[in-house]
Amino acid sequence: MQKLASAIQDVAKKLLEENKVDLVVGFAGGSLPLRSTPCFIRNSEEAAKLTWDYSCENNLANYLRKREGKVAVVAKGCDVRSIVALIGENQINRDNLYIIGIPCSGMVDRLKVDEAVEGKDLLAAEEKADALVLKCKGFEKEVKLDELMHDTCKVCRYGNPVVYDMIIGDAVPARPEDNFADVAAFEALSPADRKAALAAEFSKCIRCYACRNACPMCYCTECFVDCSSPEWVKKSTDVTDNIMFQAGRVFHSAGRCADCGACDRACPMGINLRGMTRKMVKEVKDLFGHETGVSLEEKPALSTFTADDPEPFLVKE
Amino acid sequence: MIIAKNALPGLLDKLVAEYEVYAPVKQGTYSLYKQICNGAEADFGYVNSKIPPKGILFPQSEKLYSYSVTGEGTNLEECIDNRKKVVFGIRPCDVKGLLLMDNVFNNDKFQDPYYLTRRANTILVGMACNNPAGTCFCTSMGSGPFDQSGLDLMLADVGEAYVVEALSQKGKDLVAELALGAADSTQKDAAARAKEAAEVTCVVNTEGLKAKLDVNFYDSIWEKFHEKCLGCAACTYSCPTCHCFDIVDEAKDCNGCRVRNWDSCMFPLFTLHGSGHNPRTSGKERMRQRIMHKFKYFVDNFNAPACVGCGRCIKNCPVNLDVREILADIRGSEARSDK
Repeated sequence: MQKLASAIQDVAKKLLEENKVDLVVGFAGGSLPLRSTPCFIRNSEEAAKLTWDYSCENNLANYLRKREGKVAVVAKGCDVRSIVALIGENQINRDNLYIIGIPCSGMVDRLKVDEAVEGKDLLAAEEKADALVLKCKGFEKEVKLDELMHDTCKVCRYGNPVVYDMIIGDAVPARPEDNFADVAAFEALSPADRKAALAAEFSKCIRCYACRNACPMCYCTECFVDCSSPEWVKKSTDVTDNIMFQAGRVFHSAGRCADCGACDRACPMGINLRGMTRKMVKEVKDLFGHETGVSLEEKPALSTFTADDPEPFLVKE
Repeated sequence: MIIAKNALPGLLDKLVAEYEVYAPVKQGTYSLYKQICNGAEADFGYVNSKIPPKGILFPQSEKLYSYSVTGEGTNLEECIDNRKKVVFGIRPCDVKGLLLMDNVFNNDKFQDPYYLTRRANTILVGMACNNPAGTCFCTSMGSGPFDQSGLDLMLADVGEAYVVEALSQKGKDLVAELALGAADSTQKDAAARAKEAAEVTCVVNTEGLKAKLDVNFYDSIWEKFHEKCLGCAACTYSCPTCHCFDIVDEAKDCNGCRVRNWDSCMFPLFTLHGSGHNPRTSGKERMRQRIMHKFKYFVDNFNAPACVGCGRCIKNCPVNLDVREILADIRGSEARSDK
């Protein structure tokens, strides 16, 4: 990780010194244990701030839309998928973007860390081979990295960036096809149980919109939840409206969601948002064989059609 | 006075019979203040709740009145909540937040009946912090882990029991109602030792900060803080002092109600005019507003910063934007007069 970080710093420094880019978007060390923070480097002396570790959880594609000038981005596999999707939607000009691809084996889920230390205040974390030593006041606990990985990362098949200008780090081993076992388990519930499960999750929602704002694909000038005339969703917090908000967001991301999990990681209340987003990812894959952002040539599922497209929504006489 | 830990659930049950009782309740890995139906639901093994208990007095969504129009005319029903409440186990920083909010909802110009009625009918039972978190900086914001300001009762954890101190008439009445036993000198000593040992390690220096903010509205320093900010409300909704709200009508046919909802200065919609004009055009202006309101305007208006040092905005921020770093940057910047 330390080696990766210094390689990223060298590349950023060179790109800026040679005036190949005006800005490098990457991660700097955060102010809390197991946190890093998005950072924007505009001169080569500041490149030393750049870092890479298991806490680079934000999707940096979110900072690349409609940028002026040449920009380089430090991008893991899922960031690149969102970048590809945004290029397809004319939000990013590929010619002005330099992608420093980082093969990623997964990011640590802060919720799982909290669970491991039973909600106690984490004071420090230390990397130790394939584990992390979590240090709290009066005790420490060693936990295998695998157990702390975010669920998104555990089923990610695109840890190795699909599009890049350069790659730093060794390729990560390929994962098997995602069987969407989590979605299947939800689908197997009765309608009443599904409703109850959704209500339980979304009763936690405080409508801070961190999920929406963390999503690279949520860039509408006016989000439907902010619209007051007509008022599609009530402004007050109510479980039904909270679910409607998320359902609307998921429908709007059909064929656009790269299943990066940025929404889920951004949620301060720990709501399982991927329960909903992945249902749509699965639908799109099942119906159209489409996966978001894995190729620059492929058009977004809902922006194109073929004569073979299934039409299960048509009522047959 | 003293409450044995194993007697606490029963004692809370007694309170539940007479009051709406709010206490920290576990929800997954974190705690939230919720209304409890029995004492066993409460869990006091928390540092800070995820969201502050301000919502008990200033709910996130609050019906102000409901109305209906019939053939006979218009009916209006005001929704003033005057039920008796006890907040059990509130942290000193969160009480400080309420004391700061009192300034907003009760001053020379405005008295908010919704907030004030709840406030008058609420008993605050504090829980001193034996183990403040690494992100806590309450001592830098005029409070502390054993601060008793604004409390009716204060509990201090001494292992097997809580040492109780009555701090107001309301508190004394409640103690009498619960018929609590007296603490012995060993227990009192243990409480004093816990107070001595409670250490807030994080220090945020605010010396000279206000003077800088007085003159740096147009400073270029504001260009850099917002760039990574997502513009969500994780910070403001989890802040014990943020109190901005929006009022909307929710109506169906001839029936409806007027609702007050929490709002956030970090949303572009917050200042969007009906004309389509937005005086705060970007994240820069919104971030400046948040910092200015907390550390300049609130000080101008009420002589104290609107921050209690609870650290929630730091922990809850999805991109780890740390207010302590912003304040240090502003303090370290060169003073210049606005031109």
